[in-house]
Amino acid sequence: MTNSIPEIENNDVLFVIGSNTTETHPIIGLRMKQAVRKGGKIIVADPRKIDLVRFSTLWLQHKAGTDVALLNGIMHVLLKEHLIDKDFIAGWTEGFDTFRESLSEYSPERAEKITGVPRKDIVKAALMYGKAERPAIYYTMGITQHSHGTQNVFAIANLALMTGNLGKESTGVNPLRGQNNVQGATDMGCVPNQYPGYQRVDLPSIKSKFEAAWDAKLSDRPGITATEMTDAAIDGKLKALYIMGENPLISDPDSHHTEKALKSLDFLVVQDIFMTETAELADVVLPAACFAEKDGTFTNTERRVQRVRKALNPPGQAREDSSIIMELSGRMGYAMNYNLVEEMMREIGGLWPAVAGITYGRIEKGGLQWPCPTLDHPGTPYLFKGGFPRGKASFTVVGYEPSKELPDKDYPFVLTTGRQLFQYHTGSMTRKVKELNAVAPEAYVEINPADADSMKIEDGDVVSVSSRRGSVSIKARVSERPPRGMVFIPFHYKEAAANVLTNPQLDPVCKIPELKVCAVRIEPASARP
Amino acid sequence: MIKVIIDGKETRVPKGTTILEAARALHIPIPTLCNHPKLSPYGGCRLCLVEVKGNRHPVTSCSVPASDGMEVVTSTPLLERIRKTNIELLLSDHPNDCMVCEKAGDCTLQELAYFYGIRENRFAGERRIYEKKDANPFIERDMEKCILCGLCVRVCEEVEGVSAIDFAYRGFNAKIVPSFEKALDCEFCGQCVAVCPTGALTGKMWSYKGRQKDVRDVDTVCSYCGCGCNLTLHIRRNEVVRVSSRDDTINEGWLCAKGRFGYSFVNSPERLKTPLIKEKGTFREASWDEALDLVANKLKKIRAKHGADAIAGLSSARCTNEENYLFQKFMRAAVGTNNIDHCARL
Repeated sequence: MTNSIPEIENNDVLFVIGSNTTETHPIIGLRMKQAVRKGGKIIVADPRKIDLVRFSTLWLQHKAGTDVALLNGIMHVLLKEHLIDKDFIAGWTEGFDTFRESLSEYSPERAEKITGVPRKDIVKAALMYGKAERPAIYYTMGITQHSHGTQNVFAIANLALMTGNLGKESTGVNPLRGQNNVQGATDMGCVPNQYPGYQRVDLPSIKSKFEAAWDAKLSDRPGITATEMTDAAIDGKLKALYIMGENPLISDPDSHHTEKALKSLDFLVVQDIFMTETAELADVVLPAACFAEKDGTFTNTERRVQRVRKALNPPGQAREDSSIIMELSGRMGYAMNYNLVEEMMREIGGLWPAVAGITYGRIEKGGLQWPCPTLDHPGTPYLFKGGFPRGKASFTVVGYEPSKELPDKDYPFVLTTGRQLFQYHTGSMTRKVKELNAVAPEAYVEINPADADSMKIEDGDVVSVSSRRGSVSIKARVSERPPRGMVFIPFHYKEAAANVLTNPQLDPVCKIPELKVCAVRIEPASARP
Repeated sequence: MIKVIIDGKETRVPKGTTILEAARALHIPIPTLCNHPKLSPYGGCRLCLVEVKGNRHPVTSCSVPASDGMEVVTSTPLLERIRKTNIELLLSDHPNDCMVCEKAGDCTLQELAYFYGIRENRFAGERRIYEKKDANPFIERDMEKCILCGLCVRVCEEVEGVSAIDFAYRGFNAKIVPSFEKALDCEFCGQCVAVCPTGALTGKMWSYKGRQKDVRDVDTVCSYCGCGCNLTLHIRRNEVVRVSSRDDTINEGWLCAKGRFGYSFVNSPERLKTPLIKEKGTFREASWDEALDLVANKLKKIRAKHGADAIAGLSSARCTNEENYLFQKFMRAAVGTNNIDHCARL
């Protein structure tokens, strides 16, 4: 997030696109509802009638995967209505003229044709966002999990840049991170091309800094992403995988493919708190401590580093992940010795100035938001005040590209996947909580009543949902939430894993899979041979 | 800004500030049961009554805004008598089962009864008898303990935006009910449980696990989504017995069903307790030394034969910053590859 959670309630317009906020980020959802009570207006852009639509002034029900056309259409109107921030564009950005040209082909009429959103609503959205004083954009995986996810994000950046809606309190661009410490894992360099603090592994000066600090010879070849590891394993290039606390068999697209990849490895180590579906395939399973059994920090979606405290001893012989890694590293001939967890934090601060000012003492209460470079720095609630770190921000020309797999005669429905309120991710934690399972016991596929009628499917019927990659049996939930022609399956349930069906097509830049759009066929289960 | 004098202490507050808020800013305690700083004033419990110079009758400090030059007295024999009588009236129809009540020790009503030294029931009479019929797994609703402060109704509407419950009936028969008095069916965020000042609303899974004695409180951060809500884990005998959240945090004390009630995985009997090594397709238990030696030797062998880039690591968005830092340092410095990622894209 470029802004902070408390800033949300002072937005006068909240443009929420591709985020089912009240279910996936319930407490951020509360702040959005608070903004509405204070007079703010919500624009929801989502193919499904998500709960937040109840609180919205305008709902743009665009077809899944047409975000770029919708956003470009809105920007076309902003340009035409002169609702752009010329001073901001001149002072802070580059590439506007080429970008401006590119919008000419996205008239509201054409955007309506692609997205299915009435042109008057596109104009209305543009006027609402363009005339707002403190608007912010919110998005999650509904924007990113596409084969053109990077393009979607560029389109959002363009929208904020052309209106100058960045770098101010309660005004900005806010991707909501889906997991408790996914921000931190990225910050800490658990990505194949960057060391901690977004420092590139292929820049010699950076590499030598880390080599000196870690007293080790490092590789300057960027590694492969999680989604690429699957193919590398099948191709035989990847021989061993060490997985700490992840369950790719359920979370990754095309589960059959993932299973084949994990089985192709010579050696798989899984370190986790439960025997997950992925751990079942491992050669060695290492029992780890859970969040309540360790000290450390998590970084939330607004870059706030907060203290995690040990409340319990881990069960049996389970150990903290840090202690397992240190033990293993010593056995590999590279000693890592830390007496206190905070020593690691200090080492990180020495290598990444943005967190140099964060100490456990300072975050005893409340946490601190990076950048926080010095011990007397108060932290940074919102980013880009007074400029961008790289100088000028660039506009990127973004054209609409359809999703890779669209419905056809054989697979006539669009499947989209996501989370629901009572379960979490692959369910390795929430499915162990009996109370949560009592209210959300099983997988379901949401089907529009008109579609259900035409296939003679009733609420609660077991149906078979198939894509080109696999098939699951699952209960139908007849619901007004999805539009006609679209179905939704939450991906938490291993018994009817949505990712058996999803398309592993990757975005060429960031390698995110297209989990939000694939084509499926639905048949009553009894019709199956 | 306007000037107010409370119990002889002068302060300046913004226009619109209630007398109660002004008093709290001066650290002057006024008892309340139906007030919450994040919810609209209600004026129902009549405990926050104060005397305002020039007014013939006491006023509810929670709902009356301070005005310029106002002089307020928060405690007089009359006010204390009214407060005590109001608490007695509430208790006259309250189950006398603090001994086994989940809320004992953390109950505002109990605490007020203690401070006002209430032992007898001067107003004994008809009692409300309600059947408990909620089948939901999260929230226990014991309406006989409800004092009708309406905090649950307001939090459900004003914070959660759900309005799952409201007042029904009048007078002695008044009670808080879900629509048509059906079983509660809502988002089960438990915001109502968090604000309930008595034992009327509690967590079902809390029961008989431990109240205050021998229960340790540990502040930490939720392990589900990226909001970063602060949790207080209540621990007894190495078990999480309850989760709550402080209101001076980024989430203001509000949580969702997962954060508030979804903690039992921590103490699940299914947790992994020992290293496991797979032999001929089945796992057997192993010591840490054996398991770690095996992993290190295997990785070294694969590296020697195929190079470091034949090894990859997946780190965890569920683990701490420090663990993630160590994990990537291990892959880069100890193994020698940049093949490291986590589930940011999933």
